[in-house]
Amino acid sequence: MKIILRDFKKSLLISLWFMFLTFPLVVVRVNTIENVVVWRWSNLIWVAAGSFFLSYLWRYMLARRNRRRKIAEEGVETRGRLQMLLENEQLRNRVLAILLALALVFPLVFDTYQTNIMVTALIFVVLGLGLNIGVGLAGLLDLGYVAFFGLGAYCYAILNHNFDLGFWFVLPIGGMIGCLFGVILGFPILRLRGDYLAIVTLGFGMLFRVIMENWETLSSGPSGIANIDRPGLFGLEMTLAQSTTYIYYIMVALVVLTIIVTNRLKNSRIGRAWIALREDEVACVAMGIDMGRTKLSAYALGAFWAGMVGVIFAAKTTFINPASFTFMESAIILSIVVLGGMGSILGVILGAFILILLPEYLRAFAEYRMLIFGAAMVLMMIFRPQGLISGLRQVYTYKGHKTHVGVKEQPINE
Amino acid sequence: MNESGRKLLEVKGLTMDFGGLRAVDSVSLTVHEGEIAALIGPNGAGKTTFFNCVTGIYVPTKGDILLHPQGEQTRRLNGLKPNQVTEMGLARTFQNIRLFGGMTVLENVMIGRHCRTSSGIFRSILRGSRVREEEQQIVEDSYYWLNKVGLEKYVNEFARNLPYGAQRRLEIARAMATDPLLLLLDEPAAGMNPYETSALEVLIRRISEEEKIAILLIEHDMKLVMKISHPIYVMEYGKKIAQGSPQDVRNNPRVIEAYLGEEVEA
Amino acid sequence: MDYFLELFFSGLTRGSIYALIALGYTMVYGIIQLINFAHGEIYMIGAFVALIVSGVCTIYGLSGFAILILAAAIAAVYAAAYGFTLERVAYRPLRGSPRLSALISAIGMSIFLQNYVLLAQTPDFLPFPRLIPDLAFIEPVAHIIGTPELVILITTLITMVVLTFLIKKTRVGKAMRATQQDLSMARLVGINVDNVISLTFIIGSVMAAIGGVLVASYIGQVSFYIGFLAGIKAFTAAVLGGIGSIPGAVLGGLIIGWSESFAAGYISSDYEDVITFVLLVVILIFRPAGILGKVHKQKV
Ligand SMILES: Nc1ncnc2c1ncn2[C@@H]1O[C@H](COP(=O)(O)OP(=O)(O)OP(=O)(O)O)[C@@H](O)[C@H]1O
Ligand SMILES: [Mg+2]
Repeated sequence: MKIILRDFKKSLLISLWFMFLTFPLVVVRVNTIENVVVWRWSNLIWVAAGSFFLSYLWRYMLARRNRRRKIAEEGVETRGRLQMLLENEQLRNRVLAILLALALVFPLVFDTYQTNIMVTALIFVVLGLGLNIGVGLAGLLDLGYVAFFGLGAYCYAILNHNFDLGFWFVLPIGGMIGCLFGVILGFPILRLRGDYLAIVTLGFGMLFRVIMENWETLSSGPSGIANIDRPGLFGLEMTLAQSTTYIYYIMVALVVLTIIVTNRLKNSRIGRAWIALREDEVACVAMGIDMGRTKLSAYALGAFWAGMVGVIFAAKTTFINPASFTFMESAIILSIVVLGGMGSILGVILGAFILILLPEYLRAFAEYRMLIFGAAMVLMMIFRPQGLISGLRQVYTYKGHKTHVGVKEQPINE
Repeated sequence: MNESGRKLLEVKGLTMDFGGLRAVDSVSLTVHEGEIAALIGPNGAGKTTFFNCVTGIYVPTKGDILLHPQGEQTRRLNGLKPNQVTEMGLARTFQNIRLFGGMTVLENVMIGRHCRTSSGIFRSILRGSRVREEEQQIVEDSYYWLNKVGLEKYVNEFARNLPYGAQRRLEIARAMATDPLLLLLDEPAAGMNPYETSALEVLIRRISEEEKIAILLIEHDMKLVMKISHPIYVMEYGKKIAQGSPQDVRNNPRVIEAYLGEEVEA
Repeated sequence: MDYFLELFFSGLTRGSIYALIALGYTMVYGIIQLINFAHGEIYMIGAFVALIVSGVCTIYGLSGFAILILAAAIAAVYAAAYGFTLERVAYRPLRGSPRLSALISAIGMSIFLQNYVLLAQTPDFLPFPRLIPDLAFIEPVAHIIGTPELVILITTLITMVVLTFLIKKTRVGKAMRATQQDLSMARLVGINVDNVISLTFIIGSVMAAIGGVLVASYIGQVSFYIGFLAGIKAFTAAVLGGIGSIPGAVLGGLIIGWSESFAAGYISSDYEDVITFVLLVVILIFRPAGILGKVHKQKV
């Protein structure tokens, strides 16, 4: 009883506090151009009720999190049921096969409009997987990732306009340019501590936009480049619908490729070094891993995917300008990785679909999209830092080959 | 003094300053092949800092760190990066355990194999037979070490969920996986109960005998140090104040003074 | 020569604003080693609240310098409240989590606050009422330094003197310095570290709000987006001076103010913002500890 009363009092106070806090911004709206003031008192009621209710939820969630942490510290299994299911490789592969089949028939069932949205979602899947290499696996917070995406897009737009180069020719070049700039930019800055890295990459992201806006001769400035060629198929003439379907299949192929490559890397000598670097830099170098090279490879490889998918983006929209490559895009890609699960391939795919498709289909949600993404990043870090689906634990099998002299030949049961 | 008597690690006049503080003051120390040497001293004496200088985590202010691998040229380790030092054959553990908590126990040891294997990005993407063989070899070698330190039942657990004593042993396994010539242990028995400590004693002996490597050990547990190590170096306030056999050190008045109130005679 | 002086004073004015914001970054970083990404947003909220207060006042027929002071006071209170809440909600639950988590939470908060103001108010720029009267005695040098610049310079100077006094001479200041030196040790000797951290956020936020109000009345407009760029520049100032160092933040702010102002005046204003980033990258590469910062070796 006492606790209920205490909680009630607390929530009431919190509710009052947030009413005070939001009052000037949420209730009053001044238009200093037309000199009118609007008082929106009804908003205050929403804030009061919302914060009252949420404070209860917050307390409950926080208590639950702390309880779980304690359990985990005692070494008890804390994986969820979904996690266990997914770690069953056979089941996982079956699920992936079904998803792939669904993806392949999608454009046959749905119209061009839907297919187009799906292409956008797939683009963000690749971007998410690319950023995941740096942020999720190697722990390098990159806030300017969109610059590499833009680099790829501009690369195609410029080469296509000035030299009439085709999509398929530029596609790998876009990736390579992204990679190259990743190496050039990464080389001096990757020694920096994590938080400095975040700011510098943020700066790079903005720098890219400033340069594209001002270097008129190269990029046509803020007005952008239009009439970029769509991808060609042996010189075949295609209608808009056909072309969209074509791009869709290209994207599906690229997504599959990205998944295979990142998955293989993740479970390789290199991928383990990335993860070790994320977990503890000092221990990592003391175990003989070259920090500079390892970081650079993660950063440049992430940039590679962004550059490549940038080319596809330019070919899909046929028009690009600097406004498509702002911090907001970087933030969306980061949210995808954080929400889905840092280091988790399945998680990032799920994250991209949720974050891109939800605002498309729930128009009411679209307006509040960035607000919710921002809040989601905070909440995920507090309550579920591993994301929706955490990185799957890799289980290696021991075959009992003789290795060192004197090794005991007994298989280990798991 | 020991079986072979060949010098392996030779540190001459090592000095490390932090701003105005001289944490290590011209300390010289030699570890011979096959021996278990110990570095002891009261809290804050500069032992960990000494390790950090030797393993390349700090760049020492002055002094020489020389490694004499058998049948190879002598190498100067000053100014090398930690990963290069590890490649040369020095492996270490940390006083405040630094495992990769989000990786499994086996993966932690596999990281140790990194510098002795070579698959790069492209080959890992293609995953040809050579890469697969190497991967499998890494797994086998890592199992070997988990077996040896007695952690085989935890292979697929996350390292952070391991009991304390097991974490310390995992650090040893991870370090040994780098195929070192010299193993540097920073307070391996800290926080262990007497039972775990005696198991550790057996483990250190076994590693020394079976792997034929040298060990340099920092430890506060005098019982353990006196039992297994020879020679013993003693530091206080950054300076080396004594060195010699357990007997010599135990009876050295300087050491007794430095440890006033602590159990040297154990 | 006059042109040079004009640039000099405009650089000084900008720089002192950057310094005001940079202090918040530096103080928070000094204590909890976190880049408070949302600090620029606190600055923006300060400016917005001031705009709303002075806007309401002018619309209901009041005006004058007193309104600006009232607006600034209310803005400071609100910025403090937001800063306090920000730390409680987004950072405190993450103490002891990996740094990356706290950093992402900070970025999330920055995005959230930006869009909160965007949705609650307007996506457009709003003009800020002109409330600083032109002083007569400054007329002869008005082409070099105007009244608003003078007001900004004097206000920043006073703020910094007050801050220095607070930190150097008072009990809470001592507690803050102790916490900055060694957080766990401060806790052991009985300092309420949680309160010190809250207080640090409050002080930093108040200074950001003062900066926000000054800029808003100087430039004459406000939008939800102004915190972003100002935040990055101020952060650069903090790093340039040496993060964690209070005089460093001031020095860094001034250097950035001047380099921007001279670059815009003598080269081209297109790349004005680029200067900051170039400076940032160069410093971080060649002197990551900053000009006045201490080189700190991580303990292993
Ligand atoms: N990175 C650093 N910066 C500044 N001072 C340091 C640093 N690392 C160590 N010191 C100082 O150097 C001295 C020696 O520390 P060190 O950790 O080497 O002692 P130790 O002998 O390992 O002690 P313990 O037995 O407690 O582990 C201490 O006074 C410590 O505060
Ligand atoms: Mg130590």
